[in-house]
Amino acid sequence: MSDIEIIKKLEKVGLDVLDQFKTEKQPNINIPIRSLSNVYFDAKQGLIKLGDKVQERAYFNIAQTKKFMQTILIAGQIRDLMKQHKPALDTRQLFYILRGTIPGTNEDVFNEQGESDGIIEDVEVSIDALREQLKLVAVPKGIMAGPILIEDTHTGDILDYTKMGTAGGAIPPIVEEDAFKIKSCSAKYILVVEKYAVWNLLNQERYWKKNNCLLITGKGQPARAERRLVSRLAKELKLPVYVFCDMDVYGYYIYSVYKQGSINLAFFSEKAATPSAKYIGFCVDDFKKFDLPKSVLMKMDKGDLKRIEEVKNYDWFKSKEWQGELDKLKNFGHKIESDSLVTKSIEFTANEYLPTKIDNKMFLN
Amino acid sequence: MSKKEPESAKDAEKASEIGETVADKIAKDIKQTSVAEFFERNRHLLGFDSKIKAMITCIKETVDNSIDACEEMIFLNKEKKLDYSLPEVTVKIKSLGDDRFTISVMDNGPGIVKAELPQVFTRLLYGSKFNKIKQGRGQQGIGVSAAVLYSQLTTGKATHVVSKIGADKPAYYYDLRINTVENKPEIVGSGVIEKFKYDHGTEVEMEIAGTYLSKGDKSPYEYLRRTSIVNPHVRIVLITPENKKITFPRLTENLPSPTKAIQPHPYGVEVGLLIKMAQFTKTRTMQSFLTDEFSRIGPKTAKDILDAAKVDPRYKPTEITREQANKIVDIMQKTKFMSPPLDCLSSIGNEALKKSLKSEFDAEFVTTVSRSPSVYRGMPFLVEAALAYGGSLPAEEQVKVIRYGNKVPLLYDAGACAITSIVSGIDWRRYGLTQTGGRGAPTGPVMIVVHMASTWMPYTSESKSAIAHYDPIMKEMKLALLDCARNLRIYLSRKHKAQRQKERISTFVRYANKLVDGIVMLTDKQKDDVNKVINGFISKKYGGGGQ
Repeated sequence: MSDIEIIKKLEKVGLDVLDQFKTEKQPNINIPIRSLSNVYFDAKQGLIKLGDKVQERAYFNIAQTKKFMQTILIAGQIRDLMKQHKPALDTRQLFYILRGTIPGTNEDVFNEQGESDGIIEDVEVSIDALREQLKLVAVPKGIMAGPILIEDTHTGDILDYTKMGTAGGAIPPIVEEDAFKIKSCSAKYILVVEKYAVWNLLNQERYWKKNNCLLITGKGQPARAERRLVSRLAKELKLPVYVFCDMDVYGYYIYSVYKQGSINLAFFSEKAATPSAKYIGFCVDDFKKFDLPKSVLMKMDKGDLKRIEEVKNYDWFKSKEWQGELDKLKNFGHKIESDSLVTKSIEFTANEYLPTKIDNKMFLN
Repeated sequence: MSKKEPESAKDAEKASEIGETVADKIAKDIKQTSVAEFFERNRHLLGFDSKIKAMITCIKETVDNSIDACEEMIFLNKEKKLDYSLPEVTVKIKSLGDDRFTISVMDNGPGIVKAELPQVFTRLLYGSKFNKIKQGRGQQGIGVSAAVLYSQLTTGKATHVVSKIGADKPAYYYDLRINTVENKPEIVGSGVIEKFKYDHGTEVEMEIAGTYLSKGDKSPYEYLRRTSIVNPHVRIVLITPENKKITFPRLTENLPSPTKAIQPHPYGVEVGLLIKMAQFTKTRTMQSFLTDEFSRIGPKTAKDILDAAKVDPRYKPTEITREQANKIVDIMQKTKFMSPPLDCLSSIGNEALKKSLKSEFDAEFVTTVSRSPSVYRGMPFLVEAALAYGGSLPAEEQVKVIRYGNKVPLLYDAGACAITSIVSGIDWRRYGLTQTGGRGAPTGPVMIVVHMASTWMPYTSESKSAIAHYDPIMKEMKLALLDCARNLRIYLSRKHKAQRQKERISTFVRYANKLVDGIVMLTDKQKDDVNKVINGFISKKYGGGGQ
């Protein structure tokens, strides 16, 4: 969807509301519901998707009056900025632009950023456009290294991710094709690492060079840009994606966010999820297989066990192998952080663990 | 009945049960002892047990007398189609230091005939009509003479009474004391006074030991304020020891209905009363005694009763024995009679109560309920209730309940009173007030007024400050209060609805401005045009509004 199309779509929202006031109907906006109750797992596509439940936001419903106004105001502000070709803003900056006070009162238009962030997502789903397309950005955290050439169309710079030093190259907030153009890539696969510490070690060891791959981390729970980039690279370059996380329920879940998407951003899954991604560890069986010392073990607490039960109930964890893995984890009673593998040897992850897993296709799907 | 003093509230309740009047009991007691001794022993029952209470009782006895007298005169004059003036009562309290006060109460009533005046103020039983039952303020009281006696016992001073009975008659005065050994008036001084404020009326001045409170539930101010609430036709003036003049104005010229005296109903008669009546009756046979001296006993019923009691109908009433009287009373309790006539009761009236509460508390809502008369133990009674909401009533405090018996404010013993039990037994949360656990005293900007009128007030003790828990009375009180409560709920829910609607509209108007900004940015339309459309619809839909 081009900028012009989006501007038109936003205009229609305004015209519809104006028309409802003119023709003296109940002014309301329909907004798809973004909670778990309206999220389902499309097993065929392997994606978490948004259902078709819609909430009505009505101006003359006292509980929704303010939110209605906020929605129109945010939509209006986004359109105004896009029309003027202003640089993409962070959602916090948009919050400050609109914060102000309601005329004749001491009441703020928005009390806190959480309020405006939620409404930005409402606008995204309402007009079926992504935040990035609305020229709004969320703070990205991701870094990448490996044999890929990118053109930053905004500046015209060519980014060579083999020459990014020990720090690696940042993943920018907007990685859509018109901003972040792939010029060439010789990588054979993409390795996504949960932890920055692990990524950092692998980068220093030039893992991506030795194995001819792209090495990416989202530093824990990935932000939108990292997920979107992994999805784009997998689709456009038809590269296999391997995800390496901690052996705990949070690590498993992070893998699922890359692979199937998340509940909150279900409307974003088609663009940001990578159903072909594979989990290469760490797994419960690996502890014995790789003969790790007991010092890597961390006892799980009540919160961990509770979360296992929750995750087990998600439809996208209902496959036999994942139910089995989660049961094993529960019985094992311990978690193993990917950082801890250095106890075996500093080079263990790069030289032994990862190659063994990848070469023998020891994946969880 | 022995001279033993009642040891508990229960004894007191027994003593005050219908049939044996307080006067009756006092008369008996006095025969065996001197008045002074009797008084000393029964201070607590007579309302003189503390200096605060003594102050109120002295004012109460005189003010009650004054208003009763004023009304009696007005009803009489009205009947004779003569002019009358509406009641005015002035209470003046002067401090003499050392807990000594002079209390003076002046009214524009009929005045008292010179020959009778000493008796009226000095004899503890004077004017007690034990065989006539009539609703009145001071009715069961031992009356103003108790105040006179209290004054004499605490200060040694005589009570100064001035009275004038007509424009062309002189005002005369007496300085009176009570001969406590013989229960007789002792005239210390007397004479004629040139000037009196009214053409007719009475002024009583006495010196007492007391404690003066300027405000609070047990202050003379509160007593008079409450008296004024149920007597809006009376102008009451209080001049405080600080020489401040507080006026409770007359709010209506409409007078309450006059009360009629009725004869005792057989259900309300007990042995003592029957014997007393038999001794004083002018009738010559038991047959005519029963038919003439009681209400609702016809000749046939009288004969049946006497037959059953094995008493000859021609027997002389003065000669019946206690056993015979016992039997007669017993049989009367088991016989069916019509209810007593009900036109003997005087209510405050819905309109009068409403006016008083609105004016006194600036209340935004007042509801009143008058129950029709009913009967308990052969005695007619009626209950009135009122509930005032808002205005100057404090929202965060416990609801104030003000209680009245025959239009007299009841200030003491709230905990023992049927009215208090009924108020605490209602779950006021259902009617829009807060109340912990749905029992006890509710909280809110509310004043509850309950008045019970009866030819015979069933007080729990002779200090006449709490109404006893008789089922028929409790039932009437409950029905009256629930009616008030329902009206309050209806009022509050209407009020809240209106308030919510107002808040709604103000919300729609408040956010319209920013909504217009948003739509302008979305559509690139002129701000003025968008403004017209948005605010136009809001004000069309909800009236007013717009910016």
